[in-house]
Amino acid sequence: MFRYILRRLLQMVLAFFGTTLIVYALTFAGQGDPIQALAGERPVTPAQRAYLTEKYHLDATGVGGFFYRYFDYVKNLLQGNLGESLTGRSIGEILEQAWPVTVQLALIALAVAIIFGVTAGVLAGIRRASIFDNSTLVLTLLVLGIPTIVLAPLAQYFLGVKWAIFPPTAGSDPTFYALLLPGIVLGSLSLATALRLTRASVAENLRADYVRTARSKGLVKRRIVVVHVLRNSLIPVVTFLGVELGNLMSGAIITEGVFNIPGVGFNLFRGIRTEDGPLVVGIVSVLVVVYLVSNLVVDVLYAVLDPRIRYE
Amino acid sequence: MRVRRLAAWTALPLAVTLGLAACGSGGDGGSGGNGSSAVSIQIAEPKHLVPTNTTETSGSQVLAGLFSPLVDYDAQNKPYEVAAQSITSSDNKVWTIKLKDGFTFHNGEKVTSQNYINAWNYGAYAPNGQDTNPFFDKIEGYADLQGKAPKAKELSGLKKVDDSTFTVTLSAPYIDFKTTLGYNAFFPLPDAAFSAPGVLKDGYEQAPIGQGPFKMKGTWQHDSKIDVERYDAYPGEKPKVKNIEFRIYQQLSAAYADVQADNLDVLPTIPTESMSTAQSDLGDRYQTSPMSSFQFLAFPTYDKDYSNPDVRKAISMAIDRDEITKSVFKGSQQPARSFVSPILPGYRDDTTGKAGEFNPTEAKKLYQAAGGPAKIVISYNGDGGHKDWVDATVNQLKANLGVDAVGVAEPKFADLLTKVENKTPVGAFRMGWVMDYPTMEDYLGPLYSTNGSSNYYGYSNPEFDKLVKEGSAAKTQDEAIAKYQQAEDILAKDMPVIPLRFGQNVFGHSSKVKNVEMDLFQRVNLVKIEAAS
Repeated sequence: MFRYILRRLLQMVLAFFGTTLIVYALTFAGQGDPIQALAGERPVTPAQRAYLTEKYHLDATGVGGFFYRYFDYVKNLLQGNLGESLTGRSIGEILEQAWPVTVQLALIALAVAIIFGVTAGVLAGIRRASIFDNSTLVLTLLVLGIPTIVLAPLAQYFLGVKWAIFPPTAGSDPTFYALLLPGIVLGSLSLATALRLTRASVAENLRADYVRTARSKGLVKRRIVVVHVLRNSLIPVVTFLGVELGNLMSGAIITEGVFNIPGVGFNLFRGIRTEDGPLVVGIVSVLVVVYLVSNLVVDVLYAVLDPRIRYE
Repeated sequence: MRVRRLAAWTALPLAVTLGLAACGSGGDGGSGGNGSSAVSIQIAEPKHLVPTNTTETSGSQVLAGLFSPLVDYDAQNKPYEVAAQSITSSDNKVWTIKLKDGFTFHNGEKVTSQNYINAWNYGAYAPNGQDTNPFFDKIEGYADLQGKAPKAKELSGLKKVDDSTFTVTLSAPYIDFKTTLGYNAFFPLPDAAFSAPGVLKDGYEQAPIGQGPFKMKGTWQHDSKIDVERYDAYPGEKPKVKNIEFRIYQQLSAAYADVQADNLDVLPTIPTESMSTAQSDLGDRYQTSPMSSFQFLAFPTYDKDYSNPDVRKAISMAIDRDEITKSVFKGSQQPARSFVSPILPGYRDDTTGKAGEFNPTEAKKLYQAAGGPAKIVISYNGDGGHKDWVDATVNQLKANLGVDAVGVAEPKFADLLTKVENKTPVGAFRMGWVMDYPTMEDYLGPLYSTNGSSNYYGYSNPEFDKLVKEGSAAKTQDEAIAKYQQAEDILAKDMPVIPLRFGQNVFGHSSKVKNVEMDLFQRVNLVKIEAAS
């Protein structure tokens, strides 16, 4: 196990450099004129242009210039310095402020997915073809079919503005209650998937040999479902949710935007919109690490959940 | 045993969530604003909060609370003194600025003429990379502060007379100089802002110290809010509210949802997508007021397709401005038939004359006689909500001129400008302008003069340049306006651009505030706003 983790960690280093290089290249290749983008619709003065060009080494052009900037960036990155955004703020500081709220939101979303998704999935799996099963099928299909960009404003309008059950936006330093609505919206997609996965898995395991054996031993139904079926059925679900947590951590660009939550996705969106290359690359570099780590955790979890899986 | 471990895995995220949530519910801020007396105003995250480095609306809105300008503008948009006692000149070249007594910075420092001189020198010194650098270009000695290694660090045109008086020598007489002083580039900076002469202290903009009606409460909380409170030692007109929260939004639609639910007090700009429902959503909380924005269609005048003024006039006559402002903009913008904004002293209606009237038959005749291109392209930036009106315009051109016409979206305005600067053929392209101070010169100079900073269309008419120059060097306002108007008449003849629309402030507020007024610069008047109950 230890050797496996070590090997994975070494692979992660390679993956990290590979992905940051690609992201760095793409971000800066797609840019027309970052200085003009920074100024918006105003003309840029020569003084401003000269100042920014020098500050961000934009004068070194071509392939050489690109690698010069990339290695300069990586060097700083390894020293824990994520650099400055084009507006002169420390990216490390931006992330420090953005992360806690994104993590809160992700965990609320995940909790929603687990509590409702798994429970409903188990019930639907046990009572296959019942009204409950069919209605959850329709509901989950509906949720999976509606993109967040539609769902989030709708939920905001009806639950926030019209019926005023939740505050319409969360804002900075939000309360748990203010984050609940965005959390539910964000979690609804994982909820639907978790529900389908649990249902399929429970339904399949109910027909397994060991369940028949347990039943013929005379075990009560609740014990069969909770101890035998549920435990075995959760393996794919936990795997899915593990990966999903990584996804949610990377910030929900749409949800955070609609509900005005200044998290990671919010900043990433601004970075992309204002062509703030350093900010985008900085955030994505950290996200790469988050993904790599969450993938590793999921793989290790396999072994924990299923004793048949062994890593050498 | 293993069952329990599994349960622990699923329970863990839950426990963490609840734990974090408990942390989160500790502070009540951001959302709500219920119970607290702070009036909340929507802004976007400002780029900077240094007066000489702020050109966008959000930063300018915050600075308008923290600083008090030398002059402000009255109902006719003529300047009157605020922080200045008098601003006088006998020849419009050497200006004497006397400061009013009693102004102090929020840290207790007395405001002196040196504070103005320090701030302006800082802004004009090119290596500081300040956004408002060009605003100082009329002051003598400006050229010496430009380039990578400037010759001087201080503007030779600024001279301190005593603690409350200084003189400004311009490189040429400029009648509108007093008017320009309302811009935030001309705010003073306290000694506390500098760590050494000419070096701004690190972190000054996190909690800017000004001399205005409000002072910072805490620091700039990036991406979330900026809190200010009333500064009681302010000698000017006292604000009616004690606390203001500038709440930072990434998306206007989120702010719009908040203002509907009384969760946000003032939304200075209603998002375009909500324009059609805003009046019914907000009722009498939906308001409009004049502002300076001007939208027009520019032509690459160096391109032989569009070099004939008659082609441009024909296109102008083929566009039904009234219809587009009504159907696309729901009356939130006004049709434009002049080259400067209607809010300005010296503005005249319909200076474009016949070329501004919608007349499809005449347009088609003129277009064919002038040999206009068989295909008209209109380029625009796809991120600014311009698609609808460009499509409508294109359809009108197709129908009325009998030519092929198409709208082409560039991803961003910067991409469009880069193409225009490189003279890549983009056809006609959209442009917009918001003034910095209310003078005709602020439109005529940058937009249409040969070396204008925003003249991207290569328009050049020596006669026009001469008139604008004469106007700004005029002895009296009336004389200046006469010259500017003559210059505008030349534009009507040459039609380098087609005026399309003048903007308005379209804003909304909650039921918790009243007397919400917006100025010409899309800023909420912080002194006038009041709590409703």
